[in-house]
Amino acid sequence: MLFGTIKGMLSVQNVDKSFGGIRAVAGCSLKVDDGAIIGLIGPNGAGKTTLFKIISGFEKPDNGAIRFEGENVAATSSFELAKRGLIRTFQLSKALTKLTVEENMMLAPQFQHGERIWNIWLRAKEVKRQEEENRAKAISLLELFDLLPLKDEYAGALSGGQKKLLEMARAIMADPKMLLLDEPFSGVNPTLAKKLLGHIQDLRENKGMSFLIIEHDMPMIMQLCDYIYVLSKGKVIASGAPDEVRADERVLDAYLGGV
Amino acid sequence: MGHLIKIYLYNTMIDYIITVLLIAAIYAIFALGLNLEWGFTGLINFGHVAFLAIGAYTTVLLNLSGVPIPLSVIASMCLAGLCGGLLGIPTLKLRADYLAIVTIGFAEIIRFALLNEGWLTRGAMGLYGYSRPCEELIEYLHLDYNTFFFLVVLLILVLCYLILEKLIKSPWGRVLKSIREDEEVPTSLGKNVFRYKIQVLVLGSMIAGLAGSLLAFYLQYINPWNFVPLVTFYAWIAVVLGGSGNNKGTVLGAFILWTFFSVTRFAQGYAPLSPTQMGALRIMIIGLLLIILMMFKPEGLLGKKEELTLES
Ligand SMILES: Nc1ncnc2c1ncn2[C@@H]1O[C@H](COP(=O)(O)OP(=O)(O)O)[C@@H](O)[C@H]1O
Ligand SMILES: [Mg+2]
Repeated sequence: MLFGTIKGMLSVQNVDKSFGGIRAVAGCSLKVDDGAIIGLIGPNGAGKTTLFKIISGFEKPDNGAIRFEGENVAATSSFELAKRGLIRTFQLSKALTKLTVEENMMLAPQFQHGERIWNIWLRAKEVKRQEEENRAKAISLLELFDLLPLKDEYAGALSGGQKKLLEMARAIMADPKMLLLDEPFSGVNPTLAKKLLGHIQDLRENKGMSFLIIEHDMPMIMQLCDYIYVLSKGKVIASGAPDEVRADERVLDAYLGGV
Repeated sequence: MGHLIKIYLYNTMIDYIITVLLIAAIYAIFALGLNLEWGFTGLINFGHVAFLAIGAYTTVLLNLSGVPIPLSVIASMCLAGLCGGLLGIPTLKLRADYLAIVTIGFAEIIRFALLNEGWLTRGAMGLYGYSRPCEELIEYLHLDYNTFFFLVVLLILVLCYLILEKLIKSPWGRVLKSIREDEEVPTSLGKNVFRYKIQVLVLGSMIAGLAGSLLAFYLQYINPWNFVPLVTFYAWIAVVLGGSGNNKGTVLGAFILWTFFSVTRFAQGYAPLSPTQMGALRIMIIGLLLIILMMFKPEGLLGKKEELTLES
């Protein structure tokens, strides 16, 4: 038995999802171990983003089970999953354009005292202290993502690549146990992308964070991931260590429009 | 003799100005509630007047049955807030337009109930004969009640403004702004968007309820015609005119609107138009001014261009 024996961070079991006549995800299974960095690749329309939405509770699967830390979460609402440490980013980046870059970051931390109305009056000191802490953290993350000089700009003023970066920084700011990144490096310059690869590995090493990453840049995904799943037409057509996947004929076929 | 007439005219002028400012301040409070809902959270409430009516009638009915004024005002706010919350529960999980439709319907239901439940509200006859805050004291001190009440309302307006500003600048307010722009983002970060929206609707309705209490005290006579759907749109005009998502702008918008109303009412004596024609003309002028404003400054007088709510 492939699943259920190893207690992983995330496991997806036989998940189906159709939109009208289109079977976007067709009996998909994968798993992510604690502290693993897993890649999810496949041609456009393969169902990668849909699978992310299902995992993060933004879409309900027609069939199948999603286990997060061993618990079936197929019916859990998306914000509760995020609260439990499963954070996703969006393929079409969703920087909040009418908030500043810093405000975007400050939104992310969980359990902020100041998010409860009464605390704003009754625990004003703690709220302020927490804001200061979070601000310091935001600033160091923004620095890492080359966004610090823009911290007081409205996020609407950022370029496409910068919005992607902001979204990834914001997701990390939420201190997730597991991060789902949907094409995080599209539009990001290669030097910075390389630096961020290092940071992802850091987060795994120092915080035990797990990652599931959709990315089209093959060399980058090969370098970063422990294990890769290849999705085509809603099905996992191959999986394995980067070298195995690279050598797999089926993968090439899928990308060239075969299968 | 001429001197005395001058003093008399001067005093009536001052009285008039204070009355205008008093009404403007009450509607500014009312509009601040809507600004919290629409301006900061993006909730479309087309029935805000319902909560003004609930506030006014609750205050008056309790007052008439002998409940002390402060208690009746608090009860009005609570009832208005409760109704807001109850409306939100079935609608806020749906698409944004559902709230708009349900609130329009709710406001009309409330108005028809006020008209038809005569045993309670005396229907179209309206309610009067209730007491006002500190009435005896002010009389005893030989002070002008209107001026006193204006100062009370002004104080409440300032308090509302300060409380709302503090809320908006808090982490709570930050979540509201994120909901306004794209609720998938706060959701993806673990915020319970539904809970925030309910809170906002409750709070916005409580503020409208408070404005309703104050309006009742000012009018000294209320009837269902004080709460027609148009009143909701006055609040919308104030919010949009001043700049959605800007509390100062909203207050400014309310004052501009009510100054405009009273100036045009003043001009009535000189215009060759019937009151109905004049009323229609006023709305047309406001419409025209708003169109011009939206063409040149869509973010409103004090709004920030970068935070424009309407654009997507
Ligand atoms: N909300 C939706 N309604 C209808 N079809 C959808 C929807 N979301 C995705 N699809 C379809 O599902 C398939 C998979 O899409 P997607 O998951 O975005 O692919 P990928 O991210 O791998 O490029 C596509 O054919 C897409 O058109
Ligand atoms: Mg995709």
